[in-house]
Amino acid sequence: MSTAATHKSSGMGRDVAVYVVLLVLAGIQFVIAYQNISVQQMFERMLIVAIVEAGVALLFFMHLSENRGLRWFVIIFTVAVTLGLQYGWTDSFRLTNGVPWAK
Amino acid sequence: MSQADITIQGHATAGAMAEPTFSVPAKKMAMWLFIIADSATFAGCLVAYGFIRNSTPNWPRPFHSITNVGVMTLILLTSSLTILVGVRAAQAGDKPKAFRWVMITAVAGLLFAVLHLKEWMGMISEGATLFHNPWGTPLFGSLFFSITGLHLLHVTGGVIALVVVGVRYQGGRYKADDLEVTGLYWHFVDLVWMFVVPLVYLLNLAH
Repeated sequence: MSTAATHKSSGMGRDVAVYVVLLVLAGIQFVIAYQNISVQQMFERMLIVAIVEAGVALLFFMHLSENRGLRWFVIIFTVAVTLGLQYGWTDSFRLTNGVPWAK
Repeated sequence: MSQADITIQGHATAGAMAEPTFSVPAKKMAMWLFIIADSATFAGCLVAYGFIRNSTPNWPRPFHSITNVGVMTLILLTSSLTILVGVRAAQAGDKPKAFRWVMITAVAGLLFAVLHLKEWMGMISEGATLFHNPWGTPLFGSLFFSITGLHLLHVTGGVIALVVVGVRYQGGRYKADDLEVTGLYWHFVDLVWMFVVPLVYLLNLAH
């Protein structure tokens, strides 16, 4: 087998392995949905699995693992924007617990 | 300094300025910037959804079955693999194989859209619309149809892009790089679904 052909087949092998990992992670999310736990615990577990899933897809399917500079650019920008969106959570809890019409 | 020297120096400067950012070709970089911006859009929608869900007592949990959403997830994940096969074939110069796999990906996307519409029709027949929800707060219908609709719009756009780029690649107008850029977009659509499924469907599963 030539070097190019070997590289191609090993690349495909890795892609299939990553695909199987993503399927397993997606399956874990569905299993979590049937666990007898609180919504908050369910949310936390599902979000962690989704972040891992997205990370695997970004690194290997979208080839971010091969470009260090672009990887950091994407991570820093996305994390900064996502963190910036979190400022309102305390108010959502206030609406359910702190206002006069709360349960 | 002659005019010729100035011209040569000018070309050299232009050449240095044309160095791609992060060694990524311009088209691919443009797609990455779009993906980052679109991630912010989806993140904004999902955070708004989380905020409203958290601040609304008795949030409805109308989903009784995960079969349909499970099949949709399987199709979308598999389509990410098929587009990779297509892009690798294009990079290896195997044009017929690349075209075939890109079209398979487009068909998978179409199938996903059909299943999504079937899901919508089921909910609409039960009385849920953008402004009405038979299980409680109307905000559920608004958020469900907005978020899944935005994703469906991306899938539809992706299917059209796959067909157009695939046909033009087959016809020799586009190169393997163009397929790779379209593939990046398709992976992004898949990536967003990984967050939509748990937050919008699985957390609202009836127990």
